[in-house]
Amino acid sequence: MKNIQKAFNKAKEENRSALITYICAGDPDMNTTKKLVLELVKNGADIIELGVPFSDPIADGPTIQRAAQRALKNNTNLNSILELVKELKKIISVPIILMGYYNPFLKAGLKEFSKKAVANGVDGIIIPDLPPEEAEDWIAAAHSAELDTIFLLAPTSNEDRILKVAKICRGFVYYVSILGVTGARNELPEGISGKISNIKKHTQLPVGVGFGISSPQQVKQIVSTGADGIIVGSAIISIIEKNLEQPDLVNNVGKFIAELRTGLSR
Amino acid sequence: MTNNNIPLPDEMGRFGIYGGLFAPETLMPAVKELAFEYEKAKNDPSFHKELDFYFREYVGRPTLLYFAKELTQFLGGAKIYLKREDLAHTGSHKINNTIGQALLTKRMKKTRVIAETGAGQHGVATATASALFKLKCEVYMGEEDTRRQSLNVFRMQLLGSKVIPVSSGSRTLKDAINEAMRDWIANVKDTNYIFGTVAGPHPFPMMVRDFQSIIGQETRRQILEKEGRLPDYLIACVGGGSNSMGLFYPFFEDKNVKFIGVEAGGLGVDTDKHSATIGKGTIGVLHGAKTYLLQTLEGQITETHSISAGLDYPGVGPEHCYYKDSGRAQYLSATDEECLEAFQKLSELEGIIPALESSHAVVQAIKLAPTLPKDTIIIVNLSGRGDKDVQQVAEILNKR
Repeated sequence: MKNIQKAFNKAKEENRSALITYICAGDPDMNTTKKLVLELVKNGADIIELGVPFSDPIADGPTIQRAAQRALKNNTNLNSILELVKELKKIISVPIILMGYYNPFLKAGLKEFSKKAVANGVDGIIIPDLPPEEAEDWIAAAHSAELDTIFLLAPTSNEDRILKVAKICRGFVYYVSILGVTGARNELPEGISGKISNIKKHTQLPVGVGFGISSPQQVKQIVSTGADGIIVGSAIISIIEKNLEQPDLVNNVGKFIAELRTGLSR
Repeated sequence: MTNNNIPLPDEMGRFGIYGGLFAPETLMPAVKELAFEYEKAKNDPSFHKELDFYFREYVGRPTLLYFAKELTQFLGGAKIYLKREDLAHTGSHKINNTIGQALLTKRMKKTRVIAETGAGQHGVATATASALFKLKCEVYMGEEDTRRQSLNVFRMQLLGSKVIPVSSGSRTLKDAINEAMRDWIANVKDTNYIFGTVAGPHPFPMMVRDFQSIIGQETRRQILEKEGRLPDYLIACVGGGSNSMGLFYPFFEDKNVKFIGVEAGGLGVDTDKHSATIGKGTIGVLHGAKTYLLQTLEGQITETHSISAGLDYPGVGPEHCYYKDSGRAQYLSATDEECLEAFQKLSELEGIIPALESSHAVVQAIKLAPTLPKDTIIIVNLSGRGDKDVQQVAEILNKR
């Protein structure tokens, strides 16, 4: 069984949703990212999502944009991120997913990158600007390297698109909860549970819900919609941002994750 | 309106290996709906009738094809004609596309439009069409560009649009597009994105080309009337590439008509301060399409430079990439300095102040004409007028 699936199964056995945490690799620097990942895992993250910074992140709000800018200033790139994953996988076994825009992967060479990613311990990849229609080369490269390809569905996705994504998705389906870019929101929309059950009609894969989720209450609300995984990103990055150059940065992130974790049980 | 004998793009929006539809999932239904609605409109004679009406009665088409006698005599070689898109309403070719897309927005029953703008020409053209067709309009513009083009910011506001300065990234056109895309993702239900150039996800490269093709169609007819034959060269500036594609496309099958696209050479294409995407770029994916890009070896988009805000963009329309690879068009560049000289030269000789963008095309005509026999015909697309640039040029020249 593959790592991502295992993580979802474990959460299910414990009668809860899985917690998927996103931070941007290299924000504020690689060494801190390493400490942060270990802290996230220690406090209950089931799956780690590492952002691959890109100069033009069109699906991201200001918080993640700023994180990417900080990471790019440190010359963070795919190679240094893969090195970090290799280091981390010597210590932890939780699945690690990279989330990034298509161009850096394309530039690295899809086949070459896929092989190298798997060799370094990456379990899956999310590419928010690569829809199924354009993903043929990517799927061939990733699947032949046994790399999970996670695709996104949105409130605007119709039945036809759900089917398309279900066919090529591996690991889990990423459901975007809101119409909009990433970033914490005070309120999440209605109707998520209907959408999730609709997606589940077409796939056995777990469904992770992300975008906008920032508090234990919201985690609880999304758990009640039947989501198998809850993805939190911008809210964590906000804490990193508030604690830049503070000795408590890693600790404060850990505390926040422990709080989020309380909202996970069914 | 369109020249149907050219089967590009294919149904995936691809021009050879370029183009396509690389959009976040949230936008996919919207861009597909747009492609579907555009296809319907394209095949609906009443849409063309409406478009023709506004082109004639509102934009002031056909624009003139003017024989630049003074410039021709001064250079002493090929005959130079100017396609006077600077005479179109709002002062540039951008209005051709915004009228088309605003009409389409009405057909789709959407009430709000957004746009990106660099020099402000597309922003002004979108604001104008929005005023005319009673659409709510918000224009994203890089903070740096709002400073360079403050007159156009005020024009947009006067036309009832809101201008949103973008302070992320390099604060220019690329970042304005990022921000407009983010807005579209969040407001896709009631909002249409009026994209200003032949780049972006399908159907934009095709649709904007089709609306701008009126330039080439008129030019073809006008030069046949005046000279009884087709031109030897078509020259136009290329940022995203809409005015050049609009001129070139209707001549695609006329293999004896040579196309020259002129990119912004900035401080020189061997420095890191230019916007010569086709000349110096490599293949990648940005803003919804596979295209040439100015990027690092690691796939990060680099910051560009040009004296003209409208050419200051690290990508280019996919169809231009296809023209470049197939050899159908040649792409050269003009530096800021050459552009300034051409700006002044055309003003002095012909009494026509060209936009800094269009001045890049004039540079190439000035270089090429003296090398050619007198019976050769060059047509330069004068895509916009230079009033908006006068203050910036005055500042530069006063410093000397």
